[in-house]
Amino acid sequence: MFKRAEDDGRRALTIHVEGQAISAREGDTVSAALLASGLDVRRDTAVSGAKRLPYCMMGVCFDCLVTIDGVGNRQGCLVPVAEGMQIEIQKGKREIGK
Amino acid sequence: MSAAPKHEQYDVVVIGAGPAGLAATTATARAGLSTLLLDENAGPGGQVWRAIGATPVKNEALLGADYWSGAEIARAARDSGAEIIHRATVWSLDRNLELGVSVGGGSAFIKAKRVIIATGAQERPFPIPGWTLPGVMTAGAAQTMLKSSGLVPDGPTVLAGQGPLLWLLAAQILRLGGRIDRVLDTTPRANYLAALPHAFAFMTSLYFVKGLAMMREVRAKVKVTTGVTELAAAGTDRLESVSYVTAGGRRERLPVELLLLHHGVVPNVNLAMAAGVEHRWNELQLCWTPVLDADGNSSIPGITIAGDGAGIGGAQAALWRGRIAAERAIKALRPTAKVSDLSPQLKRAERGRTFLDVLFRPAKQFRIPDGDTIVCRCEEITAKDVLDSVAIGATGPNQLKAYRRTGMGPCQGRLCGLTVTELMAEARGKSPQEIGYYRLRAPVKPIMLSELASLPKSDEATKAVVRG
Repeated sequence: MFKRAEDDGRRALTIHVEGQAISAREGDTVSAALLASGLDVRRDTAVSGAKRLPYCMMGVCFDCLVTIDGVGNRQGCLVPVAEGMQIEIQKGKREIGK
Repeated sequence: MSAAPKHEQYDVVVIGAGPAGLAATTATARAGLSTLLLDENAGPGGQVWRAIGATPVKNEALLGADYWSGAEIARAARDSGAEIIHRATVWSLDRNLELGVSVGGGSAFIKAKRVIIATGAQERPFPIPGWTLPGVMTAGAAQTMLKSSGLVPDGPTVLAGQGPLLWLLAAQILRLGGRIDRVLDTTPRANYLAALPHAFAFMTSLYFVKGLAMMREVRAKVKVTTGVTELAAAGTDRLESVSYVTAGGRRERLPVELLLLHHGVVPNVNLAMAAGVEHRWNELQLCWTPVLDADGNSSIPGITIAGDGAGIGGAQAALWRGRIAAERAIKALRPTAKVSDLSPQLKRAERGRTFLDVLFRPAKQFRIPDGDTIVCRCEEITAKDVLDSVAIGATGPNQLKAYRRTGMGPCQGRLCGLTVTELMAEARGKSPQEIGYYRLRAPVKPIMLSELASLPKSDEATKAVVRG
């Protein structure tokens, strides 16, 4: 769906999506890194389980909700990636304790 | 960067680090007022100058001179002596000018003598069939990824809608080697005639020459279909095609992986409305705008609103509105200070805006959906659900919450509010002003209960809930 511009000179770092290591760039948001990864990163909505991907990428739509380092319902479009970050694609509602 | 505010009280707290917020911060801090700038993003710039200073797109011609003009404005704010905190979410503001702010997973309350809300704009909801499918995004979303991560579409991609941002995005995607298969222009034909009386002001404005050049640049490389009257996204669990009806009434379909929608921007009202700032329906811009005086003062003493949150005016107008709001704060807190009249500059920057407002006023069928089209993305409520609720007695958006939970999901009405107001107004034969909007309350963004629980408590607060 998206590709990176060729002259992107930013430092690469590794994040983990459902345990799988992917390469991101310093300055990417979690949502941007997920969309650039080519993986199936669609979440399931809390209401009907419908598939969704980020819509607005600017913090207003909440369709980028994702579990980051064990904390659910984070807005992936507002959180910059960090080395070693653990991402889980959220299936339905946020779980208690996450 | 992610540290909590250093003090409990400031002369001025500015919310939002886009053009208006950066300009206001620079001016109040330089005048010697203790100034705190709070911003939700990782760096300054807001949406229009997103990732200024951090973008991987280093060739200045690709993003254009208007984008790079933000670098100097951001630098001035940084060097102004103001305290600037990014990744800070302001989730509460009240009429006593007390703010609840969340930084790095912890919250604090701070007090201000003046508050300048510069929370800008968001894209207008574009509720067409299938707009919740994975692969349907806003044009602004694509531009955000382009600026901050150098990402461009590489599969079959269609841009649909109208307005300056759509053309700017198309030009930028093409310059960066991205793919666009088609632009579907939904500008209603009748709008060209309606906008004609305002054309002279526009042709002598800042926008005219740049706008034309951009449209020519895109048209040279991509097929553009104008006068599109219907639009629908389709697919199972992801976007597979977009269908549309041409000006000649023919229905056509394109296989597509990414559909980028845009029909203008509207003020981001949540924080100002939750603070109790009076808003009114703006029939020209088809959205809620705050009731303000010429200096940006709202109905609440001490709260001014600058930038697109005051009514859409664009980045240049936002800069001047930010400076005017700052001068007003300086005058209020330092009555002997000399301030200048910046209204001529604002007027110049706003020139041509009415033409854009009239020309790009979105058609009714793209604002007021029907049938199974989803209105509330969070609670997955359709236009028919809303109309059924009206039929059994729901009178306005706040009653509708009790019927269908619209606006009660995490986005708090940001993506359905305007649609619900207009849909209910039409169904009930009332004006949007009469129908009203959701009553918004803090927290205007979801925060963790543990964050609230760990806030320091005053004796009064404890007494208020403890028995005996």
